[in-house]
Amino acid sequence: MTTHSSTTEVSKEPERAEDRQGFDEITILWISEGMSCDGDTVSLTAAGQPSIEDLVLGLIPGLPKVNLVNKVLSPSLGGEDFLAPYRAAVRGELEPFILVIEGSVPNQNIIEGDGYWTSFGNDPETGEPQTLNWWIDQLAPKAWAVVAAGTCATFGGIHAMAGNPTGCMGLADYLGWDFTSRGGLPIVNVPGCPIQPENFMETLVWVLYHAAGSAPPPPLDHMLRPQWLFGKTVHEGCDRGAYYEQASFAKDYNSPKCLVKTGCWGPVVNCNVPKRGWMAGIGGCPNVGGICIGCTMPGFPDAFMPFMDEPPGGTLSSLAIKPYGAVIRRLRGMTNELVNHEPRWRHNKRKLTSGYDPRWRP
Amino acid sequence: MTTTEARPTERKPPQLVDMSWDPITRIIGNLGIYTKIDFANREVVECHSTSSLFRGYSVFMKGKDPRDAGFITSRICGICGDNHTTCSDYAQQMAYGVKPPPLADYIVNLGEAAEYLFDHTIFQDNLVFVDFCEAMVKATNPSVLARAERTDAPRGEIHGYRTIADIMRAFNPFEGEVYKEALKVSRITREMFCLMEGRHVHPSTLYPGGVGTMPQPTAFTDYLSRLMRVIDFVKKAVALNDDVFDFFYEALPGYEEVGRRRVLLGCWGAFQDPRTVDYRYETMNSWGKDMYVTPGIIVDGELVTNNLVDINLGLRILLGSSYYEDWVGEQPFVTHDPLGNPVDMRHPWNQTTVPVPQKREFDGKYSWVMSPRWYDMRTDQHLALDTGGGPLARLWSTALSGLVDTPYVKATGNSVRISLPKGETLPETTLEWRIPQWSNTIERDRARPYFVAYAAAMALQFVEEAMGLVRAGETKVFENYEVPDEAIGCGFHEAVRGVLSHHLVIKDKKIANYHPYPPTPWNASPRDMYGTPGPYEDAVQGQPIFEENGPDDFKGVDIMRTVRSFDPCLPCGVHMYVGKGKTLTTLHSPTYGANHG
Repeated sequence: MTTHSSTTEVSKEPERAEDRQGFDEITILWISEGMSCDGDTVSLTAAGQPSIEDLVLGLIPGLPKVNLVNKVLSPSLGGEDFLAPYRAAVRGELEPFILVIEGSVPNQNIIEGDGYWTSFGNDPETGEPQTLNWWIDQLAPKAWAVVAAGTCATFGGIHAMAGNPTGCMGLADYLGWDFTSRGGLPIVNVPGCPIQPENFMETLVWVLYHAAGSAPPPPLDHMLRPQWLFGKTVHEGCDRGAYYEQASFAKDYNSPKCLVKTGCWGPVVNCNVPKRGWMAGIGGCPNVGGICIGCTMPGFPDAFMPFMDEPPGGTLSSLAIKPYGAVIRRLRGMTNELVNHEPRWRHNKRKLTSGYDPRWRP
Repeated sequence: MTTTEARPTERKPPQLVDMSWDPITRIIGNLGIYTKIDFANREVVECHSTSSLFRGYSVFMKGKDPRDAGFITSRICGICGDNHTTCSDYAQQMAYGVKPPPLADYIVNLGEAAEYLFDHTIFQDNLVFVDFCEAMVKATNPSVLARAERTDAPRGEIHGYRTIADIMRAFNPFEGEVYKEALKVSRITREMFCLMEGRHVHPSTLYPGGVGTMPQPTAFTDYLSRLMRVIDFVKKAVALNDDVFDFFYEALPGYEEVGRRRVLLGCWGAFQDPRTVDYRYETMNSWGKDMYVTPGIIVDGELVTNNLVDINLGLRILLGSSYYEDWVGEQPFVTHDPLGNPVDMRHPWNQTTVPVPQKREFDGKYSWVMSPRWYDMRTDQHLALDTGGGPLARLWSTALSGLVDTPYVKATGNSVRISLPKGETLPETTLEWRIPQWSNTIERDRARPYFVAYAAAMALQFVEEAMGLVRAGETKVFENYEVPDEAIGCGFHEAVRGVLSHHLVIKDKKIANYHPYPPTPWNASPRDMYGTPGPYEDAVQGQPIFEENGPDDFKGVDIMRTVRSFDPCLPCGVHMYVGKGKTLTTLHSPTYGANHG
């Protein structure tokens, strides 16, 4: 089977975002051989809206036919058989393709002599391991779109924390923040450690609609994140936010109240997880008792450590809200007490006391 | 040659071909397997396993707040990160001297049970079983598929498939019924996981000292109703697997030799008993034996020890073929354990990781994985224990020890009995896993669905006991503590694919040394300083080849089955490249576009 693309006539859809020809088939070349844990691939399999099998089996109307090449899910036995499409893409024989990178990109320049931090297959000529960096250098300029999956690939993540020996970084740090793909797109960053399953799938599907020619490119912010997913803070979507407003703070993790004094960074972190939940609306972080450690952020992890201590800014803001919150909480308590009583005319006595008057006129 | 006749016994002159698989697919991480295959005598004569990824957790964790360790180490693994967090919290609780409230231990047990349910299901049905599916068997052993078409499935009344070939078809990737159902089940079980631990794969609600999960009745109701929704799937999975694996033994006489190695199994125990565990080193032998999966080391079928203290003291991290500098000349961090026993310089507590990236030389240094071994004092040997992929060692150790006796699970000394309640279509069912004759590829794979059943049964018990605490008003889930200036700790747990231990040294309230030992270094380790090969290498080396293809279109399915039976999880992979520059023909599913050019 070949994966030659052919452009299609623009289908007759109303309200076209732009008039250009789209692809009717596209390959996704996924490389998780960055310094990753493969957690973003695993997380992707948790998505139900849409699910990965929906995508691969063509159950989403209006998308190109998708050929997904991913090591964890590939039916191939591995090796060159599995690498064939990647090699074809390097030779310029596979178009169009979307390159997905998972994992931090190490700095090969700090290694003296032979050696590598992470590799993906071998050089067929020499038999030596081929570094991830080689693959990125070869594939990124030829990719129709480039997507970074997870915080490691977007900003460097855990492996790039202070004291790391590999000098690793995010994909945009490596390719340049002004990188433009062959399809005219910047790198699309979907952070999260790991990616929230639906956040990633939704972004990928948007890129695929764009590939089909039926949608504009996804709207991204200055850190190349999808705006509609990362434009709000954790706190703005957290159902413990009301406790904050009333200055009700948890002192330890036994409490259902706001976790800002026990290490939650929610008020300043761009992420929609408390609103969306983790899977099918279930789970999340501060909404279910897990402090927000800022795992979607460029500053992760160093800016948020030690995770279990109160963020420095939390001291001031929680102090400022205290007088207001204390008053409001008491007033609400009083009103709450009041509305917890039924009116007096509900009884089983021999006399009606509801104020009923059949001849009542204003 | 046909596969059903007996294998030739007389040796022919060898016909050696170099073959390698790098990266290996359908696993987590970067793993490469490099072999020499003798096609004349149809066996693998040499095998090296290499991992091509270094990230340096033990390097960059130094000097950090020890309470961050659970959050950081979760990121080691993208499929069982929670096992790391749990293990790290166990080690920290030992170091801080804190015992979480019982309900927290139950919530962690419930989360971990859901992880076993999810992880084993997706791995077995969506990754391992592709090697046993109709498309793969057609490409590698057409005569076996023909026989499978003619063979009735003995357990058809449970799983609903008439022939063995029908079962194999149900596992065809992205198209087969069971393949697709398993993906859905893996989502339901992950929802169960999220109810207890917040998010998958890196949990949000686990802390040293307890959990932040709100122990409301609703959480347990939601968990239990999902568990009951998948309970029949679990029963069917055992029947489907047993049918296919029994058939393989029958259709390919001698298949028991595939991936067979000496019985050298390690299990570090899982599911604490919240009533007896106090996380102290001094009492570790006692509460370790109370775990609902019994820790143990099994050598040649004999139980060597159940004591976690002995297990801990016997750990040795050897070099030999890894890209690291040795550390024996450094200052030790821990000379004696809290009981006064001397601690070896090669123990993880004393390890210093100094990476030296270099050229890959298979007769020298060839892997980023070190070589963990267990020192057997009785024989003065460094044993290359394996985990049997996780379930095999867990069930074996539990069965042999005969300590677990609960409403749903009973260890008998030579088997484990698992009772699952009535489901939507299937009645109450008691399954029995018996200690097998061999530690081989098929038995590693067969144990997996049985352990899924085991985890489901334990989850039922944990839900009942946790609800009992909630109804009694014992809803505390977190215990506070101070981080000490100096302390050591260790945690023992079972990651999904086997033994997991974390070793922690605190100085000045900071991490002075931290070394996690997940299952994959045990299984995927290269040859150590004594020349002892790691388990993958050992299991593949000398194994017979049953695939019907010759060197030109050889796929290596028997070798891949062996490697995958260990459930590799190296955030690192294995590639296939055939000597003489020959590329293999491809098996691909049309929707996957695996073949180009």
